[in-house]
Amino acid sequence: MRLTNEQIERYSRQIILKEVGGKGQEKLLNSKVLVIGAGGLGSPALLYLASAGVGTIGIVDGDKVDITNLQRQIIHFTEDVNKEKIYSAKEKIAKINPHVRVITYNTKVNASNIREIVREFDFIIDGTDNFPAKFLINDACFFEKKPFSHGGILRFQGQTFTYLPENACYRCIFDSPPPKGVVPTCSEAGIIGVMAGLLGVIQASEAIKYILSAGQLLTNKLLFVDLLNIEFRTINFKKNKNCPLCGENPKIKDLIDYETEICDLKN
Amino acid sequence: MKLTVNGKIESFEKESLTIEELLKLKKVKMPEMVTVELNGTILEREKFKTTYVKDNDSIEFIYYMGGGSPII
Repeated sequence: MRLTNEQIERYSRQIILKEVGGKGQEKLLNSKVLVIGAGGLGSPALLYLASAGVGTIGIVDGDKVDITNLQRQIIHFTEDVNKEKIYSAKEKIAKINPHVRVITYNTKVNASNIREIVREFDFIIDGTDNFPAKFLINDACFFEKKPFSHGGILRFQGQTFTYLPENACYRCIFDSPPPKGVVPTCSEAGIIGVMAGLLGVIQASEAIKYILSAGQLLTNKLLFVDLLNIEFRTINFKKNKNCPLCGENPKIKDLIDYETEICDLKN
Repeated sequence: MKLTVNGKIESFEKESLTIEELLKLKKVKMPEMVTVELNGTILEREKFKTTYVKDNDSIEFIYYMGGGSPII
């Protein structure tokens, strides 16, 4: 694949970086990144991945745009309220960079569909807001040997790390989802829009660096950000031998639908 | 004793504390909402009661954080 004159001009400000260059730009154009959740984290991630020229972008979301989303989910505009998020996001991507191929999944992820979705991509961004989904993405990426970026936000705080096969996973820190109701959600506890923006941009940056094989990734490190006190801290962690997924005696051999499990128990 | 808690050095009157006691002192209401890392190693939850911290130990409380978009 040769870069066209239009592509050389469009991406000139990053092609001049020694970490990118013409070869790196070709890698980006040939890459496939999946963003699960076109919300607070997914919005800025999608915008930057598209402008950087990531050739194929997958978006998974089964929701419609709600007016309460607009305070932080910057890929969606006022006129998009009630529109499916995947279509709203796809339209914006096409306006920023019409050369990007967008694959949309108008669905929620679950144990029966996630593996075949993540299998199609080189890097996955977790932009979901709930623990069943976060654990599902971690486990699916572990089983499919796919790298992903974890992102979690609450109020003025956020945390993110990057998983690469053979490195520490989300379950090395948190072995299972918290009991229901212990950890408040953004709709209960609130979230400042810029926090979602900052985390989503870091996640996109990890995807881009992974594709370029440039610099250091946030593997075996959890970045903690507190915007209220403007504190950035990196906490080292390592592969946990007691991890129920990737440890020495793994208990988890297959994907778990935590929500479904609860429903099944009720029935 | 001196402990590094979430990156900050703090002084404690007691010379030994269990993780559970430390969580209470640090006003963590529910231990279920936090993972504890002691000197770089994640500690199993069932050991919070029986594990003691000592002078110069480094402890991280890592909270669960959701956020983003509802997908499930």
